[in-house]
Amino acid sequence: MRIVLHIWRQANAAAAGRMVRYELPNVNTHMSFLEMLDILNEDLIGRGEDPVAFDHDCREGICGMCGCMVNGVAHGPLPGTTLCQLHMRHFKDGDELYLEPWRARAFPVVKDLVVDRSAFDRLIAAGGFISVATGSAPDGNAILVPKENADRSMDAAACIGCGACVAMCPNASASLFMGAKLAHLGLLPQGQPERDRRVMAMEAQANRELFGSCTNIGECEAVCPKDIKLEVIARMNRDFLHANWIGRGGLKGD
Amino acid sequence: MPLDSKSPGGPIETRWDRHRFSLKLVNPANKRKHTIIVVGTGLAGGSAAATLAELGYQVKCFCFQDSPRRAHSIAAQGGINAAKNYHNDGDSVYRLFYDTVKGGDFRSRESNVYRLAQISLNIIDQCVAQGVPFAREYSGYLDNRSFGGAQVSRTFYARGQTGQQLLLGAYQALERQIGAGAVEMYPRTEMLDLIVVDGRARGIVTRNLLTGKVESHLADAVVLGTGGYGNVYYLSTNAKGSNATAIWRAHKRGALFANPCFTQIHPTCIPVSGDYQSKLTLMSESLRNDGRVWVPKKKGDARKPGEIPKEDRDYYLERRYPSFGNLVPRDVASRNAKMVCDEGRGVGETGLAVYLDFHDAIQRLGKPVIVERYGNLFDMYERITGEDPYQAPMRIFPAIHYTMGGLWVDYNLMSNLPGLYVIGEANFSDHGANRLGASALMQGLADGYFVLPNTINDYIASTKVEKMDAGHPAVKEAEQQVNCVTRRLLEAKGTRTVDSYHRELGKLMWEYCGMSRTATGLKHALEEIPAMREQFWRDVKVLGTGEELNQSLEKAGRVADFFELAELMCLDALERNESCGGHFREEYQTPDGEAARNDDRFSYVAAWEFRGVGNPPGLQQEPLAFEYVHPAQRSYK
Ligand SMILES: Cc1cc2nc3c(=O)[nH]c(=O)nc-3n(C[C@H](O)[C@H](O)[C@H](O)COP(=O)(O)OP(=O)(O)OC[C@H]3O[C@@H](n4cnc5c(N)ncnc54)[C@H](O)[C@@H]3O)c2cc1C
Ligand code: FES
Repeated sequence: MRIVLHIWRQANAAAAGRMVRYELPNVNTHMSFLEMLDILNEDLIGRGEDPVAFDHDCREGICGMCGCMVNGVAHGPLPGTTLCQLHMRHFKDGDELYLEPWRARAFPVVKDLVVDRSAFDRLIAAGGFISVATGSAPDGNAILVPKENADRSMDAAACIGCGACVAMCPNASASLFMGAKLAHLGLLPQGQPERDRRVMAMEAQANRELFGSCTNIGECEAVCPKDIKLEVIARMNRDFLHANWIGRGGLKGD
Repeated sequence: MPLDSKSPGGPIETRWDRHRFSLKLVNPANKRKHTIIVVGTGLAGGSAAATLAELGYQVKCFCFQDSPRRAHSIAAQGGINAAKNYHNDGDSVYRLFYDTVKGGDFRSRESNVYRLAQISLNIIDQCVAQGVPFAREYSGYLDNRSFGGAQVSRTFYARGQTGQQLLLGAYQALERQIGAGAVEMYPRTEMLDLIVVDGRARGIVTRNLLTGKVESHLADAVVLGTGGYGNVYYLSTNAKGSNATAIWRAHKRGALFANPCFTQIHPTCIPVSGDYQSKLTLMSESLRNDGRVWVPKKKGDARKPGEIPKEDRDYYLERRYPSFGNLVPRDVASRNAKMVCDEGRGVGETGLAVYLDFHDAIQRLGKPVIVERYGNLFDMYERITGEDPYQAPMRIFPAIHYTMGGLWVDYNLMSNLPGLYVIGEANFSDHGANRLGASALMQGLADGYFVLPNTINDYIASTKVEKMDAGHPAVKEAEQQVNCVTRRLLEAKGTRTVDSYHRELGKLMWEYCGMSRTATGLKHALEEIPAMREQFWRDVKVLGTGEELNQSLEKAGRVADFFELAELMCLDALERNESCGGHFREEYQTPDGEAARNDDRFSYVAAWEFRGVGNPPGLQQEPLAFEYVHPAQRSYK
């Protein structure tokens, strides 16, 4: 089938960008979206034109490296799917697709469809962990974890850190990403001792990174390739209020 | 002189304890005066970097992805082994040790494997404490399953995303140290050379992938946790960026490369669908717990799978291996799939696939149980193929998945170059000629959390490294070397893309150095590869410059190394005149088609020394002794 691509081309962070039109006359429907971009790039190199830079690695929907806006939707039209797992059978002959990099102040464009998401790493470094030095752990079965908690923790821990939530949010908020990490750790007994400190530290870092605030729009949930639920944001807000209360003189365990 | 593995002697149960006690320690106050470089942020590198920083060392850590959390370990699905015996089903440290030595077809080092089995217990505890959400039973206890040819339930898992969850644990520990200023993290930075001074590893040369800036980093010791080299085959289950550059360039600086021909082919992957294919997707082998593998009895049977009655189906694994059935080890399952396809009984459009059928399991357990166990894998299959595996059997075919070979290391995980440590898939250490399922994650974390942080102290404490700066001639020479390779790649200005060369090399390797190998085929490949490599250097087309984000240039450097490594793999496969584990030489098989080892001649680790591109490498041998598990023909019948 024939696909027309309009791709954001930007040589580097400082350069001006623009949309460029490419026509692909023979796209196989079994191809993945990134394989289509591979073919385009092979073609461009053949013609002596700079190939389109895009991030990717696992191509299995787990590393979180890939992603761009496809006709204004992060990771394209198929729900619960990363760009690398999107196959061309979901498009039709003659479709025109507009590919743009993630859009957010906290994710500056590096080149073409590649952005800098290191702000996410700094959020984790600020508090997204359990402080346990290697070697100090008790037996794995010493502390029991109710199955429901383990399951819900896993639901949140499934986040791949791709950044689609931020890119899709009109406020460019990182709330879904943060909420997922806070729920992952906060639902486990091992995560309790640092629970207040964690939410305070991550919130403070999010402000420094210029992520926006959450106004409960829900676009993030709609595009999340791992189906992380808005509920994690509600949990985060509750944790935040609670931690603030403790900080203002409430008692631990209140 | 044979290579010395430095394995301690005496009773195997106490070797690691005694060895640890004999190692020198570094005074805590002095640790911060020592810098250690860790290349790689997978399970091995990530856990090592975090732990070394906790101990007080200054750590510099590198990865080529945009974040340490994206290392290829993230893709591991199935699980991680530990001999906890929580199920009272007869498991023990000794049994995990025994299974691993046998599974490796008696080509691994007993001391290392025993230590791995011992440490497996601590790993689970550590990960639970970090908040890894392992699967639980309703009682709140950890759940286990049996996996990849094990007859006990010792595999811990987090849905189908075990690698992701373990890696997030290590990544979070690492980020904590980065936040505390104890680790300097360099993402999107690729190591392109090793700096060796007076025979010791003293640093690395890197290229910043965003700006192209070439820089040197100096340290007291260098740790490589850069993963496996399966992408030499182009199509594999590895992530697209996985590469051999770090270990290969260290090899060119003197580190021995051990057992390069030992590669693992995973039996359950989604078959190739066309020329545009960029990678192969693994379907977790846990699927073999409930799925039944079959092909039609008749050649060229064109009926739909549902229309083929039971009596016309050949459940060949159950037939040939009644006691292990569908759960035979990976090498055996893969080879049998190839055999039935070679006989013309393969299925699907290409004839290069077999069925993995859940019909009986769904009948027996009900669909909800299957959804609970494998839901995400079934979804992934449907997403890729457009077919619903609840309705029709999956089609699967073997694919390159893991490399048991890697840089040679001793019991301390140090290579023959003092100060160069190699951990995780990048070394050759624990899996012999075949790796059992759920044991790579175990090895990566054992190396990174528990082994290396103990053994490296001894080197730091007992070695007086000279002060040096970036003006040292060895540093300048290594930087020049890196710049020279970049320039040659950019200046070739040829006609063909990097990918087209990589594909061509991959096809050749799959054909002649893949699932089964022959002397004739390997000799043919050894003639082809140098010619192909020469053409690559003359004719490769890389656009752009070295001073920007240039993904073609990154790939070109990696493919250049794959060309050299491929030659060594074929040579190693040719020299090893026996079949063992993943290395199947057609000339050496038992009458019923199983791998025939030759313990008298080949019970050794083949460690190769680099002597210049195109020159025959030197072979050094580390003899293997089996004091506990006595070599026998592996039987899964
Ligand atoms: C699809 C799949 C499923 C698997 N499932 C399982 C399983 O269920 N159980 C199991 O036990 N094993 C499994 N394995 C195997 C296991 O995942 C790997 O062997 C293991 O994760 C390797 O870890 P590592 O830390 O050694 O390397 P990797 O995780 O590969 O990490 C390599 C690191 O090195 C960095 N790097 C590489 N080269 C350079 C360079 N030149 N410069 C700078 N940085 C560099 C990368 O950026 C990365 O951070 C699976 C493998 C695959 C492919
Ligand atoms: S490439 Fe890894 S998630 Fe898409």
